[in-house]
Amino acid sequence: MAVPLVEPHVLEYPGGYTRSVGPVIGRFLTSLRDGRIEAVRLADGRVLVPPTEYDPTTSAPVAADGPNWLEVGPRGTVQTFTWVASPRAGKHPLTKPFAFALIRPDGADTALLHVVDCGSADGIRIGSRVAPRWRAERTGHITDIEAWVPLGDGEEPEPPALHAPAEDEQPVTGITSPTRLEYELTAGMATARYLEGLGEGKIIGARAPSSSDVYAASRGTDPITGDATSIEVEVKDRGVITTFCVVNIPGLSELAPEIPYVSAQILLDGANNTFFGLIRGVEVDDVHMGMRVKVKWADELKPDHTSILWWEPTGEPDEDYDRYKDYL
Amino acid sequence: MRDVAVVSFVQSAVARDAEHNEVEMLVPTLHAAVAESGIPKQDIAFVCSGSLDYLQGGPFAFVSGLDAVGAWPPLRESHVEMDAAWALYEAWVAIQTGEVDSALVYGFGKSSPGDLHEIMTLQYDPYYVVPLWPSMVDMSALQARAYLDASGRGEDDLAEVAARAQRNGRSNPYAVRAGDLSAGDVRARPVTHDPLRDDDIAPITDGTAAVVIAAGDLARSVCERPAWIRGIEHRIEAHSLGVRDLTTSESTRAAGAAAGVANGKVDVAELHAQFSHEELILAEALGLGGDTAINPSGGPLASNPVMSAGLIRVGEVARRIWSGEAGRGVAHATSGPCLQQNLVCVLEGGGN
Repeated sequence: MAVPLVEPHVLEYPGGYTRSVGPVIGRFLTSLRDGRIEAVRLADGRVLVPPTEYDPTTSAPVAADGPNWLEVGPRGTVQTFTWVASPRAGKHPLTKPFAFALIRPDGADTALLHVVDCGSADGIRIGSRVAPRWRAERTGHITDIEAWVPLGDGEEPEPPALHAPAEDEQPVTGITSPTRLEYELTAGMATARYLEGLGEGKIIGARAPSSSDVYAASRGTDPITGDATSIEVEVKDRGVITTFCVVNIPGLSELAPEIPYVSAQILLDGANNTFFGLIRGVEVDDVHMGMRVKVKWADELKPDHTSILWWEPTGEPDEDYDRYKDYL
Repeated sequence: MRDVAVVSFVQSAVARDAEHNEVEMLVPTLHAAVAESGIPKQDIAFVCSGSLDYLQGGPFAFVSGLDAVGAWPPLRESHVEMDAAWALYEAWVAIQTGEVDSALVYGFGKSSPGDLHEIMTLQYDPYYVVPLWPSMVDMSALQARAYLDASGRGEDDLAEVAARAQRNGRSNPYAVRAGDLSAGDVRARPVTHDPLRDDDIAPITDGTAAVVIAAGDLARSVCERPAWIRGIEHRIEAHSLGVRDLTTSESTRAAGAAAGVANGKVDVAELHAQFSHEELILAEALGLGGDTAINPSGGPLASNPVMSAGLIRVGEVARRIWSGEAGRGVAHATSGPCLQQNLVCVLEGGGN
């Protein structure tokens, strides 16, 4: 029985996901950059903010220009809210506790979601009057409003700092959205056992009781029947190249060797599935289907793929095509 | 319309499975669901699943899932990136076309490896909302407050729902949160996402579910008292919370009316309510009264395997019909932020 294997995993798009916003959202974001909140009047007379490319009720298109555009706010009214006691660094716009709220700007019939910097949970209620606290440096992004802040009776909203446009400044056409999610992934029992085997210099396979087919590096099921591969079978660390490709593109991964190199599918002796590997120790032009190869194990074995350095020819005679034709 | 019935249902759920991957979790569920259906696996003509790549942070969860089905010879297969209740809908449509007479429908997912409530943020508007990173719970708390304010209900009402879910969960072997709890006990606990407490929020759950559905005579031949699908409908409303009325669920009301909820007595209702206030909103939208047992399984507040929890509602109603405990019931599933999209399925025993 393998020890369960749990590994950290991060899903992230380096530099953030870049999104084209289109003309309607682009116009709204451009207005934020200018320190104004623009909305659009729909066919039924309702004033929609933030604007979308379509009427949320009828799906009719919304034009990015014309007389239906108007300025709303900057004052607004809280429709509902929740308190965030522990802001998340790198994600939430504020580092101190704040409220998420749906805010209906004056002159609009819909609400936008944003953050309210109100000091404490007691500083906000349904019906609270709020106004934007604008960033001094604005880029055309929903966070150009740093936060909304409570507005006392008769109090005037703080005006935005003047946006001094660069000479060649264009309307906003895109935004960048950093996205990062963190995981603790479970390999699963079959994969954990396979990786454990690599640490012992073995290639562990498995089969289901209902079939004689053995799967090297089984993921826990026989993919033909769906049955659990409950019987462990050690397969050989050698086999036959069924098919291969010569890689001429540099830098596909940090682990990739110098080009040109060969990656191949290898049918291991004792297995009924093919196994991916890099072929070395032979001229690229001499690699061929049917060639017998074996693992070059690392000096230091670990329960991961660094234990297999590459595959190299055994010098044995080639296999007959019939031996591997069903695995192509 | 062809008569279609649920003839088998199997589920699994634990708070955190640190040993098995999603596929390994799915294998016993699928095999048991096929075996219990009484229909030979090779005769089940269509396979449809619900899964979510972001739960594991890797692509094509449904492709891996097929390793648990066994995809040779090649299958007629489809998949939704939604709760498997929508896979059930697709399978029901496939049977209505007359091209197949039976289908295997399943959902699977592990919520424990990542931060589920933050993963769900990625389903919101990417221009206006995602950059602010409200979690799924933050969004639902906005709805909870709007609902309480408009309805005149209070946190006591939420606590009643939360406590009943955990009490009902005691008789559900798949509950990951259950106990002999009163509303007062819940009220004594801290508010974590104002106005919600942890007991108002569905627990993190890893799990799977599968059902087999079959048409007319095939269903009758394998099941003594099939749970017939009398109506199955889904409706969706706008994406942005700011343009919706969060205090009701118009899409649930419309789906329920189209599915025929009001055409008879509802003995049992299983609602995909991941928050206490959602159960109240859904029960109102479906017109459920005091003679309906709501979430006798404990519902998602007791066990919430994401991507399966909606399909489980169908299964929980179906098994009560098989046993004769209920004559007619309603299952509900939801998708999207704050009950954006809702599916309603009316099930009934006898009559065919």
